[in-house]
Amino acid sequence: MGYTPVKFYQTGTHTIGNRLLPADARTVQSDDDRANALSCGHRACQGCGEALGARYAVDAAMRAVGGDLVAANATGCLEVFSTPYPETSWQIPWIHSLFGNAPAIATGLAAAMKAKGKATRVIAQGGDGGTTDIGFGCLSGMFERNDDVLYICYDNEAYMNTGVQRSSATPPAARTATTPALGAAPGNVFGQGKDVPRIALAHEIPYVATATVANLRDLEAKVTHAMSLHGARYIHVLVPCPLGWGTASHDTIKIARLAVETGLFPVFEGGNGDVTGVLKIRAKRPVEEYLKPQKRFAHLFKDATGAATIARLQAIADRNIARYGLIDPAAEV
Amino acid sequence: MEHKPFAITLDVGSSRANHTGSWRSERPVYADHLPPCNAACPAGEDIQGWLYFAEEGRYREAFDSLTVNNPMPAVMGRVCYHPCETACNRGKLDSAVGINAVERFLGDEAIRQNWRFAKPSTQTGKRVLIVGAGPSGLSAAYHLARRGHAVTIRDAGPMPGGMMRFGIPKYRLPRDVLDAEIARILDLGVTMELNTKVDDIKAAMQGFDAAFLAIGAQLAKRAYVPAGEGARILDAVSVLRSMEGAEAPKLGRRVVVYGGGNTAIDVARTARRLGAEEALIVYRRTRDRMPAHDFEVEEAVDEGVMLKWLSTIKHMEDGKITVERMQLDDKGFPQPTGTLETLEADSLILALGQDVDLGLIKDVPGLVSERGGIDVDPGMMTKLPGLFAGGDAVPAERTVTVAMGHGKKAAANIDAWLRGQIFEQPAKHTEAAFEKLNTWYYTDAPHQVRAKLDAARRVDGFAEVVQGLDADTALFEARRCLSCGNCFECDNCYGVCPDNAIIKLGAGNRYRIDTDFCKGCGLCAAECPCGAIDMVPEQI
Amino acid sequence: MLKQIEGSRAVAETVALCRPEVVCAYPISPQTHIVEAVGELVKSGALAPCEYINVESEFAAMSVAIGASAAGARAYTATASQGLLFMVEAIYNASGLGLPIVMTVANRAIGAPINIWNDHSDALSQRDSGWIQLFAETNQEAADLHIQAFRLAEALCLPVMVCMDGFILTHAYERVDLPTQQQVDAFLPRYEPRQVLDPLDPVTIGAMVGPEAFTEVRYLAHYRQEQALEMIPEIATNFTAAFGRDSGGLVRPYRLEDAETVVLALGSVLGTIKDVIDEMRDAGVKIGVLGIVSYRPFPAEAIRAAMSHAKRWVVVEKALAVGMGGVVSTDVRMALDPALHQVGTAAIAGLGGRAITKDSLRRLFDTVVDGTAEPLHFLDLNLPVVKHELERMGSLRRSGPIAENLLKHLGAVAARIA
Repeated sequence: MGYTPVKFYQTGTHTIGNRLLPADARTVQSDDDRANALSCGHRACQGCGEALGARYAVDAAMRAVGGDLVAANATGCLEVFSTPYPETSWQIPWIHSLFGNAPAIATGLAAAMKAKGKATRVIAQGGDGGTTDIGFGCLSGMFERNDDVLYICYDNEAYMNTGVQRSSATPPAARTATTPALGAAPGNVFGQGKDVPRIALAHEIPYVATATVANLRDLEAKVTHAMSLHGARYIHVLVPCPLGWGTASHDTIKIARLAVETGLFPVFEGGNGDVTGVLKIRAKRPVEEYLKPQKRFAHLFKDATGAATIARLQAIADRNIARYGLIDPAAEV
Repeated sequence: MEHKPFAITLDVGSSRANHTGSWRSERPVYADHLPPCNAACPAGEDIQGWLYFAEEGRYREAFDSLTVNNPMPAVMGRVCYHPCETACNRGKLDSAVGINAVERFLGDEAIRQNWRFAKPSTQTGKRVLIVGAGPSGLSAAYHLARRGHAVTIRDAGPMPGGMMRFGIPKYRLPRDVLDAEIARILDLGVTMELNTKVDDIKAAMQGFDAAFLAIGAQLAKRAYVPAGEGARILDAVSVLRSMEGAEAPKLGRRVVVYGGGNTAIDVARTARRLGAEEALIVYRRTRDRMPAHDFEVEEAVDEGVMLKWLSTIKHMEDGKITVERMQLDDKGFPQPTGTLETLEADSLILALGQDVDLGLIKDVPGLVSERGGIDVDPGMMTKLPGLFAGGDAVPAERTVTVAMGHGKKAAANIDAWLRGQIFEQPAKHTEAAFEKLNTWYYTDAPHQVRAKLDAARRVDGFAEVVQGLDADTALFEARRCLSCGNCFECDNCYGVCPDNAIIKLGAGNRYRIDTDFCKGCGLCAAECPCGAIDMVPEQI
Repeated sequence: MLKQIEGSRAVAETVALCRPEVVCAYPISPQTHIVEAVGELVKSGALAPCEYINVESEFAAMSVAIGASAAGARAYTATASQGLLFMVEAIYNASGLGLPIVMTVANRAIGAPINIWNDHSDALSQRDSGWIQLFAETNQEAADLHIQAFRLAEALCLPVMVCMDGFILTHAYERVDLPTQQQVDAFLPRYEPRQVLDPLDPVTIGAMVGPEAFTEVRYLAHYRQEQALEMIPEIATNFTAAFGRDSGGLVRPYRLEDAETVVLALGSVLGTIKDVIDEMRDAGVKIGVLGIVSYRPFPAEAIRAAMSHAKRWVVVEKALAVGMGGVVSTDVRMALDPALHQVGTAAIAGLGGRAITKDSLRRLFDTVVDGTAEPLHFLDLNLPVVKHELERMGSLRRSGPIAENLLKHLGAVAARIA
């Protein structure tokens, strides 16, 4: 699907609103009547990418289905910072059950709606730990049955709620509390990777997409498209974590943008087993630009070993660029 | 709530009771920084201010906003050397916004639509004399008239406009455009007395509460060129002035122009249009050191004007000019080499700069500047109380735009002086540096090049060389403005706040920070495309 | 309508009469026949509307049921043994959230060693999970308890486990009187959730609760279980009125009138026990039986009242609290007067499907009656085998796996134990 760039305006293509655009070309987030599904007063850290990504995604879903939406939520930062008794930040019907069962809860919600003849739509959301690790079995089951659920993973690349421990979404070489920057190979291992969006695609479900908080229009277009479909759908949103990544709170979006522009986080969409579209890199950046502002990679900038590791990360980025065709020489975005 | 399970089930949105604003150590503040275009404009235009309206196609409001500072956009949109575009931050991104072209579009649109200036609601009863109907004089007249003062302009010439008429060729500034913009100023009630040379300023000021000298620099500088029999040597000022007379000057088939400024270019291009087969500019130094603007040199070359660098004229006699080759020394000054060569030429036009005719102040001591021209204080006033001066007559860069700015500044000071006050320049906002922009949000959009007349057709006559933008291209160009340092309501701050702590105040009213919830993360400031949000330490 | 029918099928058809809207199924012996039969009823259209979901694990099964229940649907699932343990986190969650899910547990031992046969280790391991746990003695009762379970669960907003002995009941063909749809509809009102995820009246369910309110939340869960102590007999009475037979209730006394010795037990073993008691009564022994239907909530008062003449007691337990002894007997002891605390026996019997014979029970009860019974007794424990293995373990560091060693020592005998 993707979005159609609005060209030639001073900013029209990429900003959230812009008075020069007709109302229908503005984002959901620009609307003063947006759902604010995640309301203020939540206890997310300053500059939290997940709080932002969740509001972006859920508001878009709310708009897409006219507000007839319920959500299941895995345990994690998003759940903890949004619903400490006696206050909740959610403005929509929302349930938290467990860490590893959000996809199954959503399956149950969707089954109930179907059995009751209701049109109410269902989303589920969780962090990378709840999605790629502990909830992975339930997620795969939900995909395989093609249950009518949009699952949104907010990926901040570690277990942030418990104090920044490694997850299967933690990138190689990153320092976490359980992969300290010590020894001969500091930080996280270079494993085989666990590319859940591609695994989702392999389930042949109708829609799979990746997105980031750095490109709202792309994210909203994907959520909106996902809600126009039925069956199991998966959107994987990169949401930088200032605390866990060791970045300034005001750099959350910039870092996500660099993840895309370096090629380390390919933004694509697809369905039924195939990749159908990619978000092209507008201006390719070396991985150092992405790594350098993050304290979790600080050890890479200390010695020759680090330089070699950076080269390996660059190779990963280059492989992504080649695999997804992220750079189109003819493109003018 | 009573019927719902205790504690585990909660009422939606109840977290609004938790005021996370207490976490904040810095707060975002909407700032209006000075955009570099505005900072660079000698006429003090609020360029971004009028582009804001032009971006929306609100041309009348754009015109009204523009003419707060400059009454002659159609002229300025043609003759200004647009330092604003040199300063434009967009130049670092792709190419500068075509501010000058949009300004001309607005000026032309105003003429087409016959937009007029609002007249002042009351008159002050004060009378101001302006000597000279050139750009600074007209500008001062406009600003004073809008403040309700009675203005009389006296000019020695037969027509108003000064150097805009007698120095700038028609192909750069069509006279109907000039006439229309002057008429619109006079329409404010300004009295114009032409063919009225002021010889004694003190005498002339009788009956006036203040006066403004805008007499320009009309005297051509002469260099001594040994000349033999039949040598035809002219000065550029006279040649260009005579273009406005009944009879065009006779320059011959081969014309040599001596000088490297814009006037040299103008006169060479004029010579081509008068039928000269060869027009050659001779300049002492190299092209990169020429004071003339690049684009004018390029246009001249397109039209067949030739240039000869590193040469001085030693001698002229009938049909021949002897030049000496020069070379630049370590400091970049040209030094003679002794090598001579001969050029064929029917006439030689000297374009070596102009001096101010100070005859009218000869009886008032202490008014002449050591740097040449009339001495003024920072408020544009001379040593003679109530007598102000500006434009080419005071030491400054000599351009129409600077003159317009002098007129505006002088008017502000005259106005204050007439009310017994001192004009205080409002403090300038900090400049909106390129580094403060978040340019990722801007789409690459190439500059809209203004169409030019074919070179072959240009030299046939004095038709305007550079064409204007149409409504579509003007809108496009206006929308290329990055709005540096000033909110243009893109909703980025409203969108990127993870705490929903930005309140939208509606179209045209921008935003407000909800300090109950703002945690001070700074994302709004970082993601503001135009750098219009500052983070300032919270007072604790 | 009376049918000669497999226990699992009887339960499935009864559950279907309760009109569950979402059923989740993951296979584990001996529960499989139940979910297969429900699936058949859904697939054939006999049970509609109902979403039958083949999940990928028991954890998912309970989670899907939680989601469905939170969305206002009547939700049902069934499991056993390892499956029950695999869903434990979700089991606690379902009760914590107050969702009235009904689940059949086809009771089975827990490994290792892996064992598919009946005992109560699985259900009893969940005694503190916050669920109501009802134990069926017969297939008729198993079927009837499901109807009562839905009514109880939805009235209290608590999930209910209906426990029935694996194989012994689930796979036994017996005569079961299945009610009509009209009867069930009249007895079981439509589910009106106390909390529901509804866009027209949004709520947040599953908040994080800290020390300031957690105790109160837990107390309220306990309070609702205490309410169940009153509601369970009421529902049983109503059931009798509606269906014309006794089923459910908190406890089931048998020949307790003047019983000085009381045998307590849960589930199908009560049938065998009653046969032995009949024989002993015929021989003049003042002995009776107290079947416990409701294990959670634990009906302490009802037990105390029923045992007013008791001088001695024994609990025949199909579970072992390793390192402690009896599970049910511990609770029974707490229910009785202090004078009776030290005169009770926990008889661990039938673990992993070992047959509980009348002869063994008779021997046990005789020792209880004459006061020679140990406080903790392992029925039919093969002491020579145990001794042999203990000796091996004492002499060898790498003595090998215990279960395999025992089987080796028992040889072909092992095949006959089942």
